[in-house]
Amino acid sequence: MNNLKTFSMGGIHPDKYKITTASLIIDAGLPETVYIPVKQHIGAPAKILVQKGDKVKVGTLLADSDGVVSADVHSSVSGEVLKVEALESGSGYLENMITIKVEGDDFEPSIDRSEDISREIPYTPEQIVQKLREAGIVGMGGAGYPTPIKTSLPEGKKADCLIVNGIECEPFLTADDRLMIEKAEQIVIGAKIINKALGIQNAVIAVDENKPQAIEALSKITRTYVGVNVQTCATKYPQGGEKQLIAAVAKREVPSGRLPIDVGCIVQNVGTVFAIYEAVMKNKPLFERILTVSGDACRHPANYRVRVGTPVSYLIEKSGGLSEETAQVVLGGPMMGSSVTNINAPVTKLTSGVLMLSDKLAHKGDETDCIRCGKCAMACPMGLEPFLIARLMRAGQTEDLRGAHVLDCIECGCCAYTCPARVPLLDYCKLAKIELKKKK
Amino acid sequence: MLKISTTPHLQSSVDTRRIMLDVVIALLPAALAAVLFFGFNALVVMAASVAACVFFEYAACRFWFKSGNTTRDFSAVITGLLLAFNLPSSMPVGMIVLGAFMAIVVAKLCYGGLGKNIFNPALIGRVFLFISFPVQMTQWPKPAFLKFFDTDVQTAATTLGIIKHMDAATSATVAGGKLPSYYDMFVGNVGGCIGEVSALALLLGLAYLLWRRVITWHIPFYYAGTVFVITGVLWLATGDIRYDPLTHLLSGGLLLGAVFMATDYTTSPMTLKGQVLYAVLCGMLTVVIRLYSAYPEGVSFAILIMNAFVPLIDKYVHGRVFGQGR
Amino acid sequence: MDHVILTSMAVLGGIALISAIILYLASKKFAVSEDARILEIDAVLPQANCGGCGRAGCHDFANACLAASEEEFGNLNCPVGGHPVMNKIAAILGYAAVEREPTVSVLRCNGTCENAPAKIMYDGVSSCRIANHISSGLSGCPDGCLRLGDCVKACPFDALHIDEATGIPVVNEEKCTSCGACVRICPRQLFEIRPRGKNGRRVYVACRNTQKGAVARKNCKAACIACGKCAKICPEITVENNLSYIPPAIDAERFGTELAKACPTGAIVATPENADE
Repeated sequence: MNNLKTFSMGGIHPDKYKITTASLIIDAGLPETVYIPVKQHIGAPAKILVQKGDKVKVGTLLADSDGVVSADVHSSVSGEVLKVEALESGSGYLENMITIKVEGDDFEPSIDRSEDISREIPYTPEQIVQKLREAGIVGMGGAGYPTPIKTSLPEGKKADCLIVNGIECEPFLTADDRLMIEKAEQIVIGAKIINKALGIQNAVIAVDENKPQAIEALSKITRTYVGVNVQTCATKYPQGGEKQLIAAVAKREVPSGRLPIDVGCIVQNVGTVFAIYEAVMKNKPLFERILTVSGDACRHPANYRVRVGTPVSYLIEKSGGLSEETAQVVLGGPMMGSSVTNINAPVTKLTSGVLMLSDKLAHKGDETDCIRCGKCAMACPMGLEPFLIARLMRAGQTEDLRGAHVLDCIECGCCAYTCPARVPLLDYCKLAKIELKKKK
Repeated sequence: MLKISTTPHLQSSVDTRRIMLDVVIALLPAALAAVLFFGFNALVVMAASVAACVFFEYAACRFWFKSGNTTRDFSAVITGLLLAFNLPSSMPVGMIVLGAFMAIVVAKLCYGGLGKNIFNPALIGRVFLFISFPVQMTQWPKPAFLKFFDTDVQTAATTLGIIKHMDAATSATVAGGKLPSYYDMFVGNVGGCIGEVSALALLLGLAYLLWRRVITWHIPFYYAGTVFVITGVLWLATGDIRYDPLTHLLSGGLLLGAVFMATDYTTSPMTLKGQVLYAVLCGMLTVVIRLYSAYPEGVSFAILIMNAFVPLIDKYVHGRVFGQGR
Repeated sequence: MDHVILTSMAVLGGIALISAIILYLASKKFAVSEDARILEIDAVLPQANCGGCGRAGCHDFANACLAASEEEFGNLNCPVGGHPVMNKIAAILGYAAVEREPTVSVLRCNGTCENAPAKIMYDGVSSCRIANHISSGLSGCPDGCLRLGDCVKACPFDALHIDEATGIPVVNEEKCTSCGACVRICPRQLFEIRPRGKNGRRVYVACRNTQKGAVARKNCKAACIACGKCAKICPEITVENNLSYIPPAIDAERFGTELAKACPTGAIVATPENADE
């Protein structure tokens, strides 16, 4: 196991808490009402096409992408549109959402609901991109970058390396792990689809070594597919970060302010690749995803297949309800996920987990004086010096921040995690970014 | 009521107190060696120093600086132990208390406390005593293994003291007959400060610190390595026993300094690159002072001088930023 | 021994002499020639370097004054020194003095602990700008005061403090110089520099919430619900985006109390509070 790949700069090894590795993906079922946000991606919100009283089916287009960086939004249930208005999202800010009352479970007839695996890809690259656009596929790792843009090469750019991101380095989350175990062949075909769209021959599925079952399942399949290989990586946070993964697998560094395509790489999350398979081969728009409901205060942790728009509170009820010791409900992983103010907020295309964390685990210690240990600089995967950024921010020396490369910060939280003096270093970095952007 | 907070929601279990406790644990083998070789007196020196340091930290924070009680973080215990390690076992208790005052109140708390001091407190305490009481600070009781209450104290010269008093003509011919054996230097059966004599015990401490990831190997390695290489080159060039690299490595306060003093978080550079530069310069200064100054030993001075350069190193030496080319 | 002492004195004295000569030459060679009036203006300015004038500091402002023509000078203002200082500068430059109304900073939010009770707890760094980034805040109002006091820290004149009973910042009128540091730092633009008014009489809407009345009221009892009652009293008052705005020009002495009484939620604040007693 000496040839495990990993990135060389920084990184940490938090406790894994992968309690749900062995739990099969269960269907979460249908809530009474779903709230579907029209902005589940980076870029402009989609244009709403339905109004109050409209009847919709599973897969009906609700909102049309507005502009290049945007994505279609589809209905995840069948029923009646109750209202189209701004509602409180997880952060407490209002967002435009389409509220649908669930009636039955009728699918649009174009969706192929059979379980058979389609292996032949009869489409041209243009057709593939078109299908992805129609299915509203976005990067499901968390960023929400519309996938059609990533699967069509920009003018003058060349890609030679597709990396399928099977690294789930956030503690607690196991949704990608389970997906790779249960849908290995679909993921491999999905990778072939992206390869065809981009005209590349090879794809690497990167999985970290703490997922032996997924590695085994994928390796068995890739034997019969030419050009798709599984690469085992060492377990280290934040290996799932795009720049870190490219550094680990392809040994290339994406320059500051550039995109992976600038070094010839394309990274797609396994969840996205599976959605791509379903969109292209099964005509299925992106209206459901796999997520992990877990946390140290969660009574019955599990991996669920969830319809987009399902309220978080529905999933919490499914998993045994909000326990006494729950101090925080976090959407996403515990390192980068956001804590919610409102548990009725819906699950979106980007929600990789719902975590219930106790005060014991998620308590922020009292800040003490920096002891100048330098652990933050050692842990930073971008080679920044968080202690310096914090010092500059405290002193109000915002003009020196650019020299500290704050804008390269990926907000992974390694610095704040590792700080023995409990200095909220990431908060200072975020503040520094806000200040710098204000100045521009 | 739900709570919201900023990311990350998890935090490493290692806090300042845990790190300091680890350093105290790492110092224990050397403390044990001190008691084995210098008996009860070493115990008195260590107890006096630690007690005085903790007392001064508590009293000064409470009554003078009116800040919170910082004795709980164990950093005063470390300063106390390190100060004791840098003293001979015959040191009078009154002087130790004075040294502890200099270390804790003047060198640390006056600068703003843990994390803000420029110079290593224990070394300031030692150098203060060294300059104020040169006679008491250069009397080295002879080590007596497992004789705890040996009152008939003979004194012995330190290895580096012997080297200093050799002249160029004799050293080449006498061929080190008077120098202790490598084995004695390694286990600690030589004259010197109570904590610095046993290389074995210090290396055990180093191993613990590395295993607990309190420090990285860079500063100890580059510091000791620089001394070893420079003296080694001189030794090969001249054949003079005074330049014997292994003797220089095992004698005096080099290992204590390289493992515990130069690695002090607060007074060493923050970045890895800066630490390497700092350690190499520490090593060069140590050799210069040992070989060409009036003092036989130069570790404390070398580290203190380099402490003064740490802010400068931190300002100009930065690691590579991801994606910025090699 | 004599010669030792003499030699050392000679050597040290020599070094001192040479250094002095070098220093003298350097100060001549690198001397920066400045208009003498800059120093005069500098002496008049408050030297708080607050940046309230929009310049990098008082010296920079002095430079700007010197470079300005008489017309341009009319646009420059030191909010801290007010017109006494500007008049002095005008005298130094030989320009005519410009009259300007005294101003003060006001907080356009009345989301106190009582009006806008906390629904969640916040555990993180004490910074409004960070809290604003991650959520709508304790009460759920996306435009209300976050109560973490970035403005208090930013105020260079110690004119702001968080009232422990209400949780929101209070402006000390006597200390406030309307430098605008709070206006710039507040992530929700809750501060506004307004004329102090005759006898401290001012009237303004203490709310920035643009949500629909019912939604806003759910989070805060003192939210502006854009009912338009104030606009009926004073047609100059605008009601846009579910929010009413009272322009600074409204005569507070005449309408202040009436407007405050007419407001059904208490979003309109008229100062001083005991004006009619």
